[in-house]
Amino acid sequence: MLRDITLGQYYQTDSILHRLDPRVKLAGTFVYLISLFLFKNITVYIVAILFLGCMIRLAKIPFRFIARGLRPVIILLLITAGFNLFLTPGEKWLQLWTITISKEGVSNAFYTVLRLILLIFGSSLLTLTTTPNRLTDGLEKSLKPLETVKVPVHEIAMMISIALRFIPILMEETDKIMKAQLARGADFESGNFVRKIKALVPILIPLFVSAFRRANDLAMAMEARCYRGGEGRTKMKPLKYAGRDIKAYFMLAGYLTLVIVIGKCFPIHVII
Amino acid sequence: MPIIIDHLNYIYESGTAMETAALKDICLTIPDGQFVGVIGHTGSGKSTLIQHLNGLICPSSGTVYYNGEDIFDEDYDKKTLRSKVGLVFQYPEHQLFEATVFKDVCFGPSNLGLTNKETELRAYEALKLAGVKDDHFYQSPFDLSGGEKRRVAIAGVLAMKPEVLILDEPTAGLDPQGRKEILSLIKKLQVQGGMTILLVSHSMDDVAEYVDRIIVMNAGTVFLDGTPKEVFRQEAGLQEAGLQVPQVTQIMHRLKKEGFDVDTEVVTLAGALENLCNVLR
Repeated sequence: MLRDITLGQYYQTDSILHRLDPRVKLAGTFVYLISLFLFKNITVYIVAILFLGCMIRLAKIPFRFIARGLRPVIILLLITAGFNLFLTPGEKWLQLWTITISKEGVSNAFYTVLRLILLIFGSSLLTLTTTPNRLTDGLEKSLKPLETVKVPVHEIAMMISIALRFIPILMEETDKIMKAQLARGADFESGNFVRKIKALVPILIPLFVSAFRRANDLAMAMEARCYRGGEGRTKMKPLKYAGRDIKAYFMLAGYLTLVIVIGKCFPIHVII
Repeated sequence: MPIIIDHLNYIYESGTAMETAALKDICLTIPDGQFVGVIGHTGSGKSTLIQHLNGLICPSSGTVYYNGEDIFDEDYDKKTLRSKVGLVFQYPEHQLFEATVFKDVCFGPSNLGLTNKETELRAYEALKLAGVKDDHFYQSPFDLSGGEKRRVAIAGVLAMKPEVLILDEPTAGLDPQGRKEILSLIKKLQVQGGMTILLVSHSMDDVAEYVDRIIVMNAGTVFLDGTPKEVFRQEAGLQEAGLQVPQVTQIMHRLKKEGFDVDTEVVTLAGALENLCNVLR
């Protein structure tokens, strides 16, 4: 039931992207997100889409699987599109009864939705190709310099890794509890809004109870293994850059330059 | 009203790299009033199989008939099915949520659209049947011990008055005393209440004492199917499926090897005792 949410899930297969150092992938995602917001320009988006397409191809993940990640945010996308479409003032393009749609509104809606979709694809590609462990290892190492200004980098990384680790667990738990209540005749689909909200209580309470229980157990287990923060802690598999990582960095730099050059030189942005 | 499982197939995560067949061409008939033990190693598909029986999972192909009706037919009312085929999940105490034990047990019957009076009557009956003590009725379910919570959760399903009761590892995580109590409660439901029982377990010893029939699952298929005696005769086959014959039967085999003329087909403690007394006399 809840397996459709691909955001934050890991997809196991063997590909170049999976083997890449997590720091490169973090940097890559960051660069990609920046590139999406630099220009409001159709040519830049074409480049961005092509780049993403190549990456998905390299990651050997079926497109259908990534696209499933969009399903839970469709409502959000529709609302965003609606707001942009109807509430942007500007030159009149279409008059529907009392509602005016402006040209700016159409282009705003188009770009925002496109950006959001690419954002979701780009960031889910990171988590799909990187195990949570490696992801936080990468985060911790990339943010290490911040420790000099007293940012608790290790603790933050640990919290993120625990939170990520718990997403699938809690998801499974929700699925199980939902099924158990369904077996007791619960009905989550019919009824009006208030009834639907009420129907969630038998799921949420057991879920909270189980989340607290798990947190408690985890704290105990960490304590029993003498966990006491990041100080003096070594890694079993320390991150080391390989040749392909350096190449990947160059490719990223190339991509960013390309985006900037195209964005500056071919500013095409009218769509209607 | 028998359950007929007809060429049931189920594939997990179909269309991805994690695709695995959890059930392969399962055909079974479960007649009324039978106490069936479903046994299998972890990942053998037993939990997936039982979730099909009350329509929580839709099969990839094949179907299940209850009362002669196809339960995966679009017009079939799943809610009525779920009141007739009760399913108690593994660690059922994790589904408790109400402020008091009594209210929690009321959840099932109230979903069936019964009157308040009828709901409360059924909840009371179910709690009594499950052997929950009277002074626990108005306590928070979260304050009870593990074994007590499990009784409450089982009562929550019993309150819907199912004709078939399916239990997924009802004794997991309980101490020997609690295990015995739960299992004899289930046996009582079959004998006195006339219910059909499906008990999922990976412990042979749990099952051997109580059931009429054992279905052994292995890698998504029905590996063995028969009375406990018939199944436990296949010691080599069971080991292949990662399972062992009950401890009592193992001991009888050892005694036979040592030269005692004992019956190696006993599967229960009481049976072994009787047989040993006869032999030693």
